[in-house]
Amino acid sequence: MSHLPSLFLTFSLLSLLAVGGGTAVLPEMQTLLSQNFGISHTQFIHIYSFGQIAPGPNMLMVLVIGFQVAGSLGAAVVLFSFFLPSSVLCLYAGRLWERFGESPWRRSVQDALEPISIGLMASGVYAVAKASIVSPITLIFGPHHTFPHPKNQDQSGFCHSWVRTGWVDRSQISLRN
Amino acid sequence: MAELAVTDQPNPVTLKDLFVQFFIIGAISFGGGIVAYERILLVEKRKWLTADEFMAFLAISQTMPGLNSVNLAVLAGDLLRGKLGALIAVLGLIIPGSIFVLALGLLYSENSNHPMANFLLMGVAASACGLLAAITYRIGDDNWKHFKSVAIIIVTFCLMSIAKLALPLVLLIMAPVAIYLYRPGKSL
Repeated sequence: MSHLPSLFLTFSLLSLLAVGGGTAVLPEMQTLLSQNFGISHTQFIHIYSFGQIAPGPNMLMVLVIGFQVAGSLGAAVVLFSFFLPSSVLCLYAGRLWERFGESPWRRSVQDALEPISIGLMASGVYAVAKASIVSPITLIFGPHHTFPHPKNQDQSGFCHSWVRTGWVDRSQISLRN
Repeated sequence: MAELAVTDQPNPVTLKDLFVQFFIIGAISFGGGIVAYERILLVEKRKWLTADEFMAFLAISQTMPGLNSVNLAVLAGDLLRGKLGALIAVLGLIIPGSIFVLALGLLYSENSNHPMANFLLMGVAASACGLLAAITYRIGDDNWKHFKSVAIIIVTFCLMSIAKLALPLVLLIMAPVAIYLYRPGKSL
């Protein structure tokens, strides 16, 4: 039960760091989970693959992590802390957007963001394509290669450097008892 | 714009309908690509949003932290039925997958070997990829026809997938450039 506050803090933080979707924080999540809750790399890969198989957002697999750490209550805490902070933030961002009304700048910002969104979606297609071609093979020959290791230079390296450079104080989130 | 979308319709969206529609998406969207299903629902099937509103919401969803599909449900739910609508839409979206994932988790606790998962994953990811590619093309719409927007799409893709920059960094670089290119008074 003593894990619950720690789960709450860890997943609230990950929720707010997940700019561009959950995949951006996967390496960070893996590091935090092995530090704070002793979830091994292989375990993490297995749980991650549940999210791939299940319908709905792939990141729902975080519930299994909560469940593994602290049972049903753990899953509930993770659900709450991973989805609430970012959703509330997004709700108010949306309302702020509506308030800009017919300002010509709103049109400019939207026209500017549209092609960026499409570019990001194209990157998503590319990432899924790479995963769907590579992962079954690599999963068979060794699950350790399917997931970007935190030390690799990949798109999520940025979140790591936030933590490393003190953007986020790691001592606040590692509450290992 | 919010009032317009609601008063345009003779019958405002009911919470039950909102929940059921997002629940269906949550239950059938195997392998990701949920944004694609959401567009089909919101713009094509129910016409709750115009294509233009959807694009704005998609852009906000991607620039804010959190899962894009969940953020989209928050924004669409809020527009249609306020805060409660946002909550209902998100719950509908995540309940089926949560039950599915927890069931797998229970099985996993009992037996941590699951070679089947790897085989399932193969087909699932491949089909998700096809759907996502098709919907990206469709969402792109007019953006594929102008030199300026195509250039921004390509540069964004390259920064993200080739240069492998982090998303916040990509946004930090691309947003000011794109906003400058589309500043008021400039045409598409």
